[in-house]
Amino acid sequence: MMIEELKPIIESLIFVSEEPMSIRQLVAILEGESAEDIEAACEELGREFTERGSGLELRQVAGGYRLATRVEFSEYVRRYLKAQPSARLSLAALETLAVIAYKQPITIPEILEIRGVTSTSAIKTLLDRRLIVAKGHKQVVGRPMMYGTSKEFLIHFGLNDLSELPNLEDFEDLMSS
Amino acid sequence: MEKTKEKDEKGPSAHGAARGPGAQAALESSSAEAEAADQYKVRLAVFEGPLDLLLFLIRKEEVSIYDIPIARVTQQYLDYLRAMQELDIGVAGEFLLMAATLIQIKSQMLLPRDPAIPEDQAEDPRAELVNQLLEHQKFKAAANALHQRATIESATFTRGEIETDKDNPEVASTIFRLFEVFQEVLSRKRAITEIEIAREELTMAEKITEIKRLVSGGAAVSAREIFERARSRRELVLIFLAVLELVKELAIRLEQADTFGEITITRREEGPDAGGGAGDN
Repeated sequence: MMIEELKPIIESLIFVSEEPMSIRQLVAILEGESAEDIEAACEELGREFTERGSGLELRQVAGGYRLATRVEFSEYVRRYLKAQPSARLSLAALETLAVIAYKQPITIPEILEIRGVTSTSAIKTLLDRRLIVAKGHKQVVGRPMMYGTSKEFLIHFGLNDLSELPNLEDFEDLMSS
Repeated sequence: MEKTKEKDEKGPSAHGAARGPGAQAALESSSAEAEAADQYKVRLAVFEGPLDLLLFLIRKEEVSIYDIPIARVTQQYLDYLRAMQELDIGVAGEFLLMAATLIQIKSQMLLPRDPAIPEDQAEDPRAELVNQLLEHQKFKAAANALHQRATIESATFTRGEIETDKDNPEVASTIFRLFEVFQEVLSRKRAITEIEIAREELTMAEKITEIKRLVSGGAAVSAREIFERARSRRELVLIFLAVLELVKELAIRLEQADTFGEITITRREEGPDAGGGAGDN
């Protein structure tokens, strides 16, 4: 199939999928089409949305594509959905999450070492909101549980994968600057 | 792009720190007024832990994190702890541990350097603390960046969930299946209606009239046939009672030719007046 033909098919698939649609999923559905062609079609599709000033955009989140409304129109969409911005994470939870995101897999004692405070309730909040998941036991004395970020985390923060996290070293010289 | 972002992030935190000296001034004047107390409560809530408090003090004093004037900072740190205790804010163990660490570093720095170790190899007693502070600082900034991302992210919406076959198997039906189900429901409805009619409208008098009509021709009618006309249990019972009533009234005659054989019903010629009278009841 030509990329021109692939585009509308992919668009319809991304429209109906509830989770970000990965290239792998698209390859499985569009039998016989190469991942390269599908990716090219996705990219062109994304460009088209931007070029025609659409209210939607094709975003790459958690290793897949998804259609979402543009940030600029959030006010109107909220008005319609009567949606409240989702409950904010506390500073403690956010910091704990940052430590886990950059240092995963990491145990609770290791988090304590970096933050200088115990993070038990923050960990619970993060687990409840499924932003982090247990990643097995560390093979040291006491076999503490290790934690890492989830797919939910990527979606929540609009990241395609963990490599999109801002570089930690960029934050280094905040103090001296 | 990223750099400007960082600067923006620094904005609010610098602003937060700028509010600090006011609170600190109140502490130095050691006025224990309620207003000052309120300020502390607001202020102290910001300190997530001892590292946070320490970073705040360093920023407030405008000293380099790499060269912390440990005596001064330790003194201020302890002042803060004391203020917290005075205000009945439970001081967590971590804060006290940090106080101990600061005092230890302070005393280490007062000790003369080991002359056996060359100057450039001597380890700064503050090194570990500085590393910890830097690390903590980085994660604070990272948390800030994450927060910004989440804010942007929460301003985009994807379409609502679609009901799929997975969570609603009914949707998987075809229009033909839907029609079948509709018919099933209709026939069930009809059955129910019939029973209702039977309950409301069937009477024994009707059955008696009906049986009389059946046998009016003079020919013998099979009892089984009459019973099989019943469309419900109740109607069957009514027919049975009607037959018994007619026998009692001597309006019909029951005959059984042989044992377990067919029972036939015939009209009784004699005494039709009595039967007719009873039937009208």
